[in-house]
Amino acid sequence: MSNPVLYDNPGPRTRRRVMIGSVVAGVLLLGVLALVLVRLGEEGQFSGERWGPLVNLYYPKFAALWTGLGVALWNNIVAAVLAMTLSLTIGTALALTRITSARWYRWAVVSVIELFRGLPVVIAIFFAYRVLPEVGIELPKLWYLVIGLTAYNCVIIAEIVRSGVASLPRGQAEAGAAIGLTRGQSLRLVQLPQAFRVMLPALISQLVVIFKDTSLGFIILYPESVRFVRLAIEELDNPLQLFFALAVIFIVINYLLSRLAVYVERRLSRAGTVGPRPGAGTLDTGQPLAGTSTTGG
Amino acid sequence: MLGLIDYFEPVTDNIGLFADAFLVTLEICLYGATGSLLLGTLIAACRVSPLPPLQRVGSAWVTVFRNCPLTIVLFFCAFGLPEIGINAPFFWFGIIGLVLYTSAFACEAVRSGINSVSAGQAEAARAVGLTFIQSLGTVVLPQAMRTVVPPLGSVIIAMIKNSAIVGAVGVGGDLFSTYGTLVSARGLPIIPVLLGVAAGYLLITIPGGILLGVLERRVAVAR
Amino acid sequence: MRWNPVLRTGIAVAAFGLVATACGEQESIGDGGGDQAPAPSVEQDAQFEPGTTMAELNEAGTITIGTKFDQPLFGLRTLEGELTGFDTEIARIIAGGLGIAPEDIDWVEAPSAQRESLIERDEVDLVVATYTINDERAERVSFAGPYYQAGQTLMVRSDNQEITGPDDLRGSDAKVCSATGSTPSENIREYIDEDQLVLFDTYSQCRDSLDNGQVDVVTTDNVILLGFISESDGAFKLVGEQFTEEPYGVGITKGDVAFCEFINEQLRQAAESGAYDAAWEATAGPVAEEVPELPGLDPCS
Repeated sequence: MSNPVLYDNPGPRTRRRVMIGSVVAGVLLLGVLALVLVRLGEEGQFSGERWGPLVNLYYPKFAALWTGLGVALWNNIVAAVLAMTLSLTIGTALALTRITSARWYRWAVVSVIELFRGLPVVIAIFFAYRVLPEVGIELPKLWYLVIGLTAYNCVIIAEIVRSGVASLPRGQAEAGAAIGLTRGQSLRLVQLPQAFRVMLPALISQLVVIFKDTSLGFIILYPESVRFVRLAIEELDNPLQLFFALAVIFIVINYLLSRLAVYVERRLSRAGTVGPRPGAGTLDTGQPLAGTSTTGG
Repeated sequence: MLGLIDYFEPVTDNIGLFADAFLVTLEICLYGATGSLLLGTLIAACRVSPLPPLQRVGSAWVTVFRNCPLTIVLFFCAFGLPEIGINAPFFWFGIIGLVLYTSAFACEAVRSGINSVSAGQAEAARAVGLTFIQSLGTVVLPQAMRTVVPPLGSVIIAMIKNSAIVGAVGVGGDLFSTYGTLVSARGLPIIPVLLGVAAGYLLITIPGGILLGVLERRVAVAR
Repeated sequence: MRWNPVLRTGIAVAAFGLVATACGEQESIGDGGGDQAPAPSVEQDAQFEPGTTMAELNEAGTITIGTKFDQPLFGLRTLEGELTGFDTEIARIIAGGLGIAPEDIDWVEAPSAQRESLIERDEVDLVVATYTINDERAERVSFAGPYYQAGQTLMVRSDNQEITGPDDLRGSDAKVCSATGSTPSENIREYIDEDQLVLFDTYSQCRDSLDNGQVDVVTTDNVILLGFISESDGAFKLVGEQFTEEPYGVGITKGDVAFCEFINEQLRQAAESGAYDAAWEATAGPVAEEVPELPGLDPCS
């Protein structure tokens, strides 16, 4: 923050106080961290036996562990990409139906959207897994996960698309109508392509949410990374270490995805397209950290 | 009609169990929401504070908890905290996990609200001699709350839905765990029980959404 | 949409896994498993009456078997993808009798909650998965066996003097841990109040919680607990007598009497030839006090 607005540019005395405050805060935080590490050390959580399979190239299970984890993470990615693609398609269709539908059946579309928005994603996944086979639809586990994630996320994406279209100036739809396009044509050819540019950061953030949620595949025994780690624990007996490694992997992948969202957002706002300029004339406390969506996954 | 009633017998027969489970979920959500809002605001304050270590902790906090699946956060609460000598009922570990995770999202909602307050307000606050904490607490945050309500509300509703997975870390008796008890162990049919559990969540999230809409209209005063 | 960065990240991660593989040294160790399980004998020229399940499976040359993937000593999938445990050995013996070699077995994960539906939907030919025979289940599937008689008991930390059996649980207000949807978790409800019960997906999570003081008792079948005790360096102990009888059976399609009789015959032969004992020695043997006798087999119906 080069030019803070919440507090004055510090003078020499304040700078000294900030210094002291920083040192005290830093020492306190480091103290807590040290205490935690010491406690973990006392419990033997840093032993070679527990970390060996993860970090020691020559440990007997090292290769099997990382190969298995790689395959399992790939399964997360496959499920996330499929769920995102499907959610995007169905979500856009839902949004368009909601925008173009006549008043008398719009309430039906809106109710479906609201209903699915209120359900936990685990229930959606479980529903797909336990109910679809009962009615004779038998699929690989991957698809139950993808269907559950899609049911949950497509309505969220429908809302993103709707607000994206709504954020466009009225003139866009009017111009479409003026050159003789039908409402559908104008949406498809004029409004949506512009709306997608506005929505891109929000969509990437939703991808982060979907990617995190693929880890819930463990409840239906889909061989993704959390499930893999849970099985590996039975053999290696080091739950904290394995979950720590997995957490780091998730955080790094999602952080990179979120940086992508920020990058896209900056590029879009620089290109001077439609939509409000973020932070114009307001308190700017720095770039949003890693993405724009604030709803939890 | 009678057939439909018969179909939902597994739910109606266990209605007491469902009611208890509903209350447990509601309890988790109330504690979780309060904790997340408080902690989220605190982290947001850290992120905009003048102390660099606090800023760093704030951003690290958000990066970690926002990008890590909730399942893993909950796991560390249930199995990591006891390792560093913190023992508590699993119920509280579940809430702690939910709060840690949700606070990252709440923090970003609050911060984006702070961002939306016009710079002149903060400048005015400083001009009359208010300190950082005073200007944040009496001028900026109250105004930020208006723009913060909608995203913060969505964060809390997302948290309610996320609460369904606390059962995986030993928290018993909530709505989704009850599904496991009734179907896996007592062999009741899946679909009606699952529909009953789903209805329980909708009973919280849909009124929550409506309440949020009302609140949104009330705070949306033109500036 | 710009998927490339996403995919690239994914590929990088996968590639990292592969590179790690290439660098690592493959070496198999039998962790706590004792002796290597002897290869079960595979019937080379088995003859079956046409139309029976046995003839069909023998003809196909492959069989799909449901088992636990996460239960040490009975059915555990190793990191290398191999299945180890007493259940899987029993399954291999049965497959051998059908003329199917161990490598031609298709293993399917059969968690407790889904064993009946896997059989009913014909997704598996049989289930060997610590599957307790009871009347409720027998309405939906048929059982061959039992091939093993387990019994539920309690495990506590070694310094616990207070709890000596299931009857002490309610008074002591102890937290009792078991697995979600399991028979032991239902059996124990008789002895405790609802809020004393803690449920996890696997017993090893219960064991970890016992270790760090979050729960006071773990309850399930004795051999599983003995397995934890043997690797705990004296931190845990068993208390009290076995208070239930859990006969483990082989789950098959409801009413397939011929297949049931065939499996029972295989079990009887395995007990005679010593294959049954060898299977036990190679899996649960190192932690159990003695090799069990094959229990009296139930009549098929």
